[in-house]
Amino acid sequence: MITAERKPLKEIMDYIQPFNRILLVGCNECVTVCSAGGRKEVGLLSSALQSAFLSAGKSIEIKEHTLERQCDPEYVEEIVGMMDGVDAVVSMACGCGVQEMARRYKNKPVFPAVNTKFMGASERQGVWAERCQGCGNCLLGITGGICPIARCSKQLMNGPCGGSTNGKCEISKEVDCAWQLIWDRLKMLGQEDRYLDIIPAKDWRTAGGGGPRKIVREDLAG
Amino acid sequence: MEKFEPVIVAFCCHYCAYTAADMAGSQRLDYPPNVKIIRVPCSGKVDAIHILKAFERGADGVYVAGCLEGDCHFKNGNLKAEKQVQYLRKSLDEIGIGGDRLEMVFMSAGMGEFFARKAKEMTEKIRELGPSPVHTQLEQQARQKAS
Repeated sequence: MITAERKPLKEIMDYIQPFNRILLVGCNECVTVCSAGGRKEVGLLSSALQSAFLSAGKSIEIKEHTLERQCDPEYVEEIVGMMDGVDAVVSMACGCGVQEMARRYKNKPVFPAVNTKFMGASERQGVWAERCQGCGNCLLGITGGICPIARCSKQLMNGPCGGSTNGKCEISKEVDCAWQLIWDRLKMLGQEDRYLDIIPAKDWRTAGGGGPRKIVREDLAG
Repeated sequence: MEKFEPVIVAFCCHYCAYTAADMAGSQRLDYPPNVKIIRVPCSGKVDAIHILKAFERGADGVYVAGCLEGDCHFKNGNLKAEKQVQYLRKSLDEIGIGGDRLEMVFMSAGMGEFFARKAKEMTEKIRELGPSPVHTQLEQQARQKAS
């Protein structure tokens, strides 16, 4: 999922200070799962904003709505009827959702309420960790299902650096050495020979080095 | 200025604090009428939104009362509630209401005297802190509407 964290309240308040009628829009997808911007967080942020503005002597009208997805135009279209009564939109979706709202509702200022972080997985309740950097050319088939790009601090492709100690990365004792994980897993699978294969220098064009990326499925695209 | 009477909301677990409040009543123990009790099936059932809404509607103080450690009817709802309260105290600081206005307390169903004492302590503490900024503004708005 795409992970996110709510921005500090002060930053959100600074954005919407000049406005009186706000539409606060959540997203039912990734940001719901990582407890950053789903229906529940919309309610909490709305209540926090109401109280904070009221404490400062300002009354503000906040409408709450959570869309099934904010990164799809079909869903973003659903709230067209709500737009007349609002001065600004605050989106609790990831950066994709915020931009889709801004693209569709060009005459309304749209502000982000979360900082989009990374593509990650849940390690345990309340903890999410980075797992993928969307490099566009997946290596997991030859690295034992562990990504050296997302999980090695130096993005090394052919084994660990000298900073790998007791299975941990030199940046922190909390961070596993990705190459230690890869080796352990290859050994478990009886695929140690894979480790000897040299991975050539990576072509980073597929990772964004060639400019903004796009996927076109000709059979689906109109 | 009129004497400030704080509005305090106490979310009380059915299995401990709510019964303790009942016991305080049976024992004819006085505790301040400022404390408005809301019975919940477990302190772990109290959601962040319940607490934030209480403050948004003008509560000056809120406390969540759950069972003693190890005594939760649902295993660890009381400890979950404590974690949530600690987290929300930071949010209340951020909002400007002040995290000091929110507390977590633990008691058993037999601790009627403790319940009454805690209600008094909380009322005195909030009286000293004064009205929450939200409460002040809501009263001001109500006065303006009336005049």
